[in-house]
Amino acid sequence: MTLKKIVKQVGALGVACSMALGALSAQAEETIKVGVLHSLSGTMAISETTLKDTMLMLIEEQNKKGGLLGKQLEPVVVDPASNWPLFAERTRELLEQHGVDAIFGCWTSVSRKSVLPVVEELNGILFYPVQYEGEESSRNVFYTGAAPNQQAIPAVDYLKDEVGVERWVLAGTDYVYPRTTNRILEAYLKANGVAEEDIMINYTPFGHADWQNIVAEIKRFGSAGKKTAVVSTINGDANVPFYRELGNQGVSAEDIPVVAFSVGEEELSGIDTAPLVGHMAAWNYFMSEETPENEAFIKAWHDYIGDTKRVTNDPMEAHYIGFNMWVKAVEAAGTTDTDKVIDAMVGVEVPNLTGGTSKMLPNHHITKPVLIGEIQDDGQFLTVSRTEELAPGDAWSDYLEGSKDLISDWTAPISCGNYNTQTKSCVGATAE
Amino acid sequence: MNSICRLTPRHAVQQWLTRLLLLCVCSLPLHASAQEAEPAPAQPTFDELVSQLATGNLRQRAATVEQLATHQDERLADILNALVAGDLLASKDKPPVIAIRSGDQLTNALDGSDLTGAAGLRRIPVNNSLRTQLRGMVAQLNLTHPNSDKRYDAVQRFIRDGVDGETAALLRERQPTEGSGRVSDAIDAALALFDLQTGDRDQRMAAIDTLSGSLEQEARNALRSVAENDEDAELRSAAAKAIESIQGRIEFYRFIENVFFGLSLGSILLLAAIGLAITFGVMGVINMAHGELIMIGAYTTWGIQVLFPDLIEWSLLIAIPAAFLITALVGIAIERGVIRFLYGRPLETLLATFGLSLVLQQAVRTLFSPLNRSVTSPEWISGTLSINPVLSITYTRLYILLFGLAVFFALLLVMKRTTLGLKVRAVSQNRAMARAVGVRSNWIDALTFGLGSGIAGVAGVALSQITNVGPNLGQAYIIDSFMVVVFGGVGNLWGTLVSAMSLGLINNFLEPWAGAMLAKVLVLIMLILFIQKKPKGLFPQKGRAAAD
Repeated sequence: MTLKKIVKQVGALGVACSMALGALSAQAEETIKVGVLHSLSGTMAISETTLKDTMLMLIEEQNKKGGLLGKQLEPVVVDPASNWPLFAERTRELLEQHGVDAIFGCWTSVSRKSVLPVVEELNGILFYPVQYEGEESSRNVFYTGAAPNQQAIPAVDYLKDEVGVERWVLAGTDYVYPRTTNRILEAYLKANGVAEEDIMINYTPFGHADWQNIVAEIKRFGSAGKKTAVVSTINGDANVPFYRELGNQGVSAEDIPVVAFSVGEEELSGIDTAPLVGHMAAWNYFMSEETPENEAFIKAWHDYIGDTKRVTNDPMEAHYIGFNMWVKAVEAAGTTDTDKVIDAMVGVEVPNLTGGTSKMLPNHHITKPVLIGEIQDDGQFLTVSRTEELAPGDAWSDYLEGSKDLISDWTAPISCGNYNTQTKSCVGATAE
Repeated sequence: MNSICRLTPRHAVQQWLTRLLLLCVCSLPLHASAQEAEPAPAQPTFDELVSQLATGNLRQRAATVEQLATHQDERLADILNALVAGDLLASKDKPPVIAIRSGDQLTNALDGSDLTGAAGLRRIPVNNSLRTQLRGMVAQLNLTHPNSDKRYDAVQRFIRDGVDGETAALLRERQPTEGSGRVSDAIDAALALFDLQTGDRDQRMAAIDTLSGSLEQEARNALRSVAENDEDAELRSAAAKAIESIQGRIEFYRFIENVFFGLSLGSILLLAAIGLAITFGVMGVINMAHGELIMIGAYTTWGIQVLFPDLIEWSLLIAIPAAFLITALVGIAIERGVIRFLYGRPLETLLATFGLSLVLQQAVRTLFSPLNRSVTSPEWISGTLSINPVLSITYTRLYILLFGLAVFFALLLVMKRTTLGLKVRAVSQNRAMARAVGVRSNWIDALTFGLGSGIAGVAGVALSQITNVGPNLGQAYIIDSFMVVVFGGVGNLWGTLVSAMSLGLINNFLEPWAGAMLAKVLVLIMLILFIQKKPKGLFPQKGRAAAD
């Protein structure tokens, strides 16, 4: 970075500060406040900063179109600093002090779990944009990322049916999302006749850097004469050394393909992708999708951020869908009153960026296409499989004991996040 | 034929119908009846097929490749090799220009003309299944390639895909003329695999004999299936014996691999900790910002690669002195600006340097963005040294191991054989006496801290090759570094070496058995128990050197 650029950035910071101060004092006329709850510092800043920028861009665009209900939208950005309890505090601050009408935020499941009691207590609205493990449904949360049946299960189906995989390595980072997803996948694989000894499960800590042992083990596991694949729920930074080690040990995608649920364009932009070509990822959006909506979105993003090298990714699309849905619901309800907006949300349809129309379901999940892509050497994905129709998100997995009878439906008459279809009753807060 | 007729789609029913329709349209002036047109399906020429590669979806591309293989054309090998390597480009024109890329050169795939500098060429995408199909085809063509590595890969590919009669014939033809020992061994193994399935009893016996010397995974699997399922008891026992001897050798190589992995992990710990062994071990400064100094070293590597994009191959060698200088200067600034006011107050030093580490992290985040930076690995450091099919050593790890040892011995030399080292040791043992004999202890403090910091920066260069270069890089290594220094014995460089290597080995042998998570916990528990027993670590300082 040149000195000039640094000076420019510092200058820009100063201008931004003074503008913010000016905006505070000039905020006489009424606005609709939108909370943006993404970590701008700490470990998760790498992923979440982009989402903050996405939100600011979407809000700016909406304001250019004349705002919402005749009022301008005002973003309120807070920094929970990758600190899970701080997420709850910041949410309280957003709802109580700033009185925001909707919050767009969180990335990790643990941060969402931390925010959950607060939005429920203060009756706020949270849009959660990241793929997650399911087994949750709250009246105050809209899950615009993928549930396991919109990502993990179709990816395994693809490997099983199209690639002919018979032996499975389920590798993940040691926390709630990989553990739950792998529990679901293990149950699903066993239900499909995969033997116990053909499944290897491995957990590693956050930020794990020394992969040589595990990769060697995967190589050995894959040398039993059956086609082997790795289903990776490895999260965040740890992916880079993992893929690098795979490349170094000569594990190519043709021998042992890795399909990842947390590796997108943004993560790939930090690595030399040459050794990764052919490894896969399952998402509901790829930057390489050639639709007019996507091209417009990418152009808007590049214009906003001022750098044509920046990539777009799946959680960004989730925010795009979520924000547009919220705008539509507020317009339909004619008010930003939480209860009315929550009721108006169900059934709202907005175009997504892959050429379809996503719809908010009664369980507060949305319909999405499932795409499976192979990594190319430019860090983009080549779509090799896509579902014919949009898959509806399922809050409670059909493959786990204890959750397969549960459904979520926030419309009358059920109006329950964990309704047991067998006993015909709402389980309430005790559901696990 | 006019050009419309060429564009027949390749899908069964649709293809048939379209072809019929097109043939009707195209051949109306020539043929009176449709029956006559029936036996003359448009057989696309080689050039047409190559142009078709650029269009259609992946399935159609696979079908086109299939058809291409039936053509005997000397351009085929180059085109398929380029396609599988992602070096076959196409323009969006109709018909598209197809080009082969090698380095910066672009040549037209069909007429060989030079296209270097042409714009608008995009890579023809291939996926895994197409790539696998292509590799099989390329293998057949590469069997007579002048490069022995290519021939070896080709035979390996046959072994992996299963040897059938056709390929066995090809291999038998090649066998007598093969010059490279490695390739001819592979051919023997491939033919033995074929004989094991199809030969008569004697041939099969001989095949088992040949395969018992092979460490190939396919050989093992083939033998296993004979040992378990064959009708002939003698063959079964021969196969079982062969597997046993293979298994013994595999165990041996696996042990070697584990030791190497352990040492390699140890060398990373050593690199991370060795700077701390100076600042904490010799000077007694609890420097929580040590990890951030490593991070600065890693960012220097990235900076060098950004500044000199043409010198990627040399970037690491340039980065080593650069990182040393930059982090040493940062270290000296930290010492002069903060630490010198806090000597003798370990708690305050700890808090101040911890705060400093947060400042440095956030500074990097603000200056460079919170995103990880991509550091490219030079060609010579990537890849594996493949000793045999079950033992291969990655070059990155090998170089880092050697580099770690080199840094260690260089530092040892500085401490034991130079005036600076002598003064450092003098100041750390008895400051007042050292000052009395004319050592400028302030300067020595700054220089020592600079030396320790500089080495942390050099470690950062090495770490940039195996982990993420981002603001959090340092945090991942600070705990491990302290662990190594404390375990080895504060103030003892040899202790640091032994402790880093043993922690690496212990961790590595525990990991397959306990899992990565539990292994770390167990190592920490063992360490705590050890420190209870021997509070001064493995090699405590004795005599006058011991501070108290």
